[in-house]
Amino acid sequence: MKPKRCQNWWWGVVAVWVLGGLASSLSAQQPLTQLVSQVHPKVVKIYGAGGFRGLEHYQSGILISPEGHVLTVWSYVLDTDNLIVHLADGRRVEAQLLGADPRLEMALLKLPGEGYPHFKLEPVVLEPGAWVLALSNLYGVAVFDEPVSVQHGVVAARVPLRARRGAYDTPYRGPVYILDAIVNNPGAAGGALVDRHGRLVGMIGKELRNSLTNTWVNYAIPIDRLLPTIEQIRQGRYVPPKPEESSQVRNPVTLELLGIVLVPDVLPRTPPFVEEVRPGSPADRAGVLPDDLILFVNDQHLIQSCQALRQQLQKIPRGETIKLTVMRGQELRELVIKTQ
Amino acid sequence: MVLVSGGLATGWAEDVPPQVLQDQQRRIEVIRRARAATIAIFGPGGRGGGSGVIISPDGYALSNFHVTSGAGVAMKCGLPDGNIYDAVIVGVDPTGDVSLIKLLGREDFPTVPLGDSDQVEVGQWCFAVGNPFLLATDFQPTVTFGIISGVHRYQYPAGTLLEYADCIQTDAAINPGNSGGPLFNMQGELIGINGRGSFEKRGRVNVGVGYAISINQIKNFLGYLRSGRIVDHAELGATVGTDPDGRVVVTDILESSDAYRRGLRYGDELVEFAGRRITSTNAYKNILGTLPRGWRVPLVFRRQEEQWTVLVRLQGAHRPGELQQRLQRRRRPGPNPGPQKPNDHHSPKLPPVVAKHYEARPGFANYYFNRLEQKRVQKLLDKLGHFSPSSRWAFAGEIPGGLKAQVVLETDRVQLILPGGTTSLEINQEEPNLTQQLSPPGSGGLVQALYLWRRLLCQRIEHFGGMYYWGTVPLPGHPGLVDCLVGLHGGVETRVYVHPQDGRILALEMFADDQSDPCEIYFDDYRRVQGRLIPHRWEVHYGDDVYQVFKWTQVEIQQR
Repeated sequence: MKPKRCQNWWWGVVAVWVLGGLASSLSAQQPLTQLVSQVHPKVVKIYGAGGFRGLEHYQSGILISPEGHVLTVWSYVLDTDNLIVHLADGRRVEAQLLGADPRLEMALLKLPGEGYPHFKLEPVVLEPGAWVLALSNLYGVAVFDEPVSVQHGVVAARVPLRARRGAYDTPYRGPVYILDAIVNNPGAAGGALVDRHGRLVGMIGKELRNSLTNTWVNYAIPIDRLLPTIEQIRQGRYVPPKPEESSQVRNPVTLELLGIVLVPDVLPRTPPFVEEVRPGSPADRAGVLPDDLILFVNDQHLIQSCQALRQQLQKIPRGETIKLTVMRGQELRELVIKTQ
Repeated sequence: MVLVSGGLATGWAEDVPPQVLQDQQRRIEVIRRARAATIAIFGPGGRGGGSGVIISPDGYALSNFHVTSGAGVAMKCGLPDGNIYDAVIVGVDPTGDVSLIKLLGREDFPTVPLGDSDQVEVGQWCFAVGNPFLLATDFQPTVTFGIISGVHRYQYPAGTLLEYADCIQTDAAINPGNSGGPLFNMQGELIGINGRGSFEKRGRVNVGVGYAISINQIKNFLGYLRSGRIVDHAELGATVGTDPDGRVVVTDILESSDAYRRGLRYGDELVEFAGRRITSTNAYKNILGTLPRGWRVPLVFRRQEEQWTVLVRLQGAHRPGELQQRLQRRRRPGPNPGPQKPNDHHSPKLPPVVAKHYEARPGFANYYFNRLEQKRVQKLLDKLGHFSPSSRWAFAGEIPGGLKAQVVLETDRVQLILPGGTTSLEINQEEPNLTQQLSPPGSGGLVQALYLWRRLLCQRIEHFGGMYYWGTVPLPGHPGLVDCLVGLHGGVETRVYVHPQDGRILALEMFADDQSDPCEIYFDDYRRVQGRLIPHRWEVHYGDDVYQVFKWTQVEIQQR
């Protein structure tokens, strides 16, 4: 009976992992608790917007540079001017949002000062069966100097989430680590997945429910997928824009020209939601719809307010074709507007 | 299981280092012993249920209050050996979600050793044993394995009494039904009682976040639970908060609290509590949540540049009778008495063996066990010798400065002779009232306290007057915990602290009312007098002061 033999072999492999993992850690328990204490200070608690109607106002973050760069998930929690980070030593500092890429569901924060404990960024890729620890502030159980929670698990697979097309409500389209530990809890998003050497291998993603089976997936976004964007955002922070780029062009594009009316700009940072699209306008022809949230113009920095959008448009001369990235419901759309 | 052993037989075991196989064998053995003492608890008629663990050969077992409260007085406990035993409630801690029960019918139950949960570290392996989803209809418990995810966690009361302070967090699967069951370290020592998970939108199943009540908290309460009482947690009598500088400060304080009398005031910074540092309000709540009502613990606080260390008596987290009232409210069957309808205390349906081990009394989960503890402590006190109720006790010696002092204790009379004068107390044996004329002045009522001391030794616990076993408590200057008796006689409350091995009375306190300091007598230098053990050194404290130190050189007990 061939299939059965196959199963036998597979179980053997599982047993080797499990026994190997257990035994080495049992006989040498100190290194595991030591590993935890090494990585604990590199994971932070983030407090921002939310706190009502089942929306937690907290999430987790990962320190990735001595200058206080914090990798986390892009979410409504970051949508505030008062972003507070609790460090493992109990310090509370204000964080600044450097940039975000909603397609990777990631954001980069910057803390003031330097000398932070941090993970080294390296393109580590894990194979299925690899043993991992997940560190996050799930359920917000830890505050101030209390260490974040630690869970253990095994990488079950590295697969694209879209393998179940339409089942998961996420703009992320790349591969994920599927885990056998229940790591994606409220507040856990942005936490660190580390391997047994304490290396950062992934970022715990937001809670995702499979709408077909009503089950929850446990996953992390592999660090190798995030590295290029992290680097871009960091460089964007440190390389000041060239003078000609920041200066206005002679004949810039305007919202009126495109036929877009935004929601009233009443907040310090009103999200650039489309209120109305003038019929027959370039925006209308490109398929822009009311309630679209404008995220990017020509793939530049994330646009965080109506004002930022207007400033961005001032850099684009009339007659150019504009690529607009919008969020429609849970979906990201790229629309091309011809201004001529 | 079959598949794995098949794999072993076909040869890959040769590649496994012997150390790994040895460790595995050791783990199997540890888990075997841990399983043997884990019980499945069922309510009357097999309804409800959860888990528990046996901690003494005579059948004392720990579980969650929320597991046993559904069952009421009597429950059935299944052991992995396939036997089912009747069990009776002993004591409950509704706030801490702990209950102590006793399995009946054996003196050689399998047990597990208690560990030290303060030594538990994050990242350490652990395993939970229990009855998840009430699967153990054959009493075979389920073992789940994980790591310690967090320690010293504080979980706010979830809309009920139950507060989880200083608890252990694990990713070992804790599901409904695991409640009351044990969490072990890899040495097979009990480090916690699993009782709570973060169950939210995914339904009532494990989400990798389980919480266990630390065994060190339970050790604090174990003596209280054995007393058969409904026990209460502690309050300082003050509320605390974090100020803008991150210091934990007093935001409000009751003037009637002992903390206030010891000098704690609004705005003072709390530095240390019960020997642990306070770094956040969570840290404070963690410490407070592990302490029983009535304990006296050190508190370090700071005001400007000055720092004080004081001993504070902790008041109850609930008003007298409040817990009992709340529990009765829970017990009252609702409009829809479902399968959880608890057993009526006075129901004649108690199994005969349980009925023999049960006695109802207000304020107690089961007064039978208080009697048991009273008998045990009386046996200890009997080691001091026999004191006839009509005996006359005469003490002569000196106080500091070489001055002469004398004390005479009789059935209805106390006389204290000091260089400054003589204090006498006559007690009306028909209507004793000790609340009047606490004397000598500045002692808080030394003559009254001495009368009560003699009364306990002569009348014994049984006839002292309203005396019961309180539990085990810390005593200043004494390592470990000591037995404590509480009595109500003559309108005052007496607390007597007894050495848990040799029965020496280490201290006696007399509280004339519950809002002022007691008179405290510390007894020491026990020597034999006519075959009886009598303390020859008494140190009398009142409030923050030492009132007097007596050293007796001549002691006479005249039996009449």
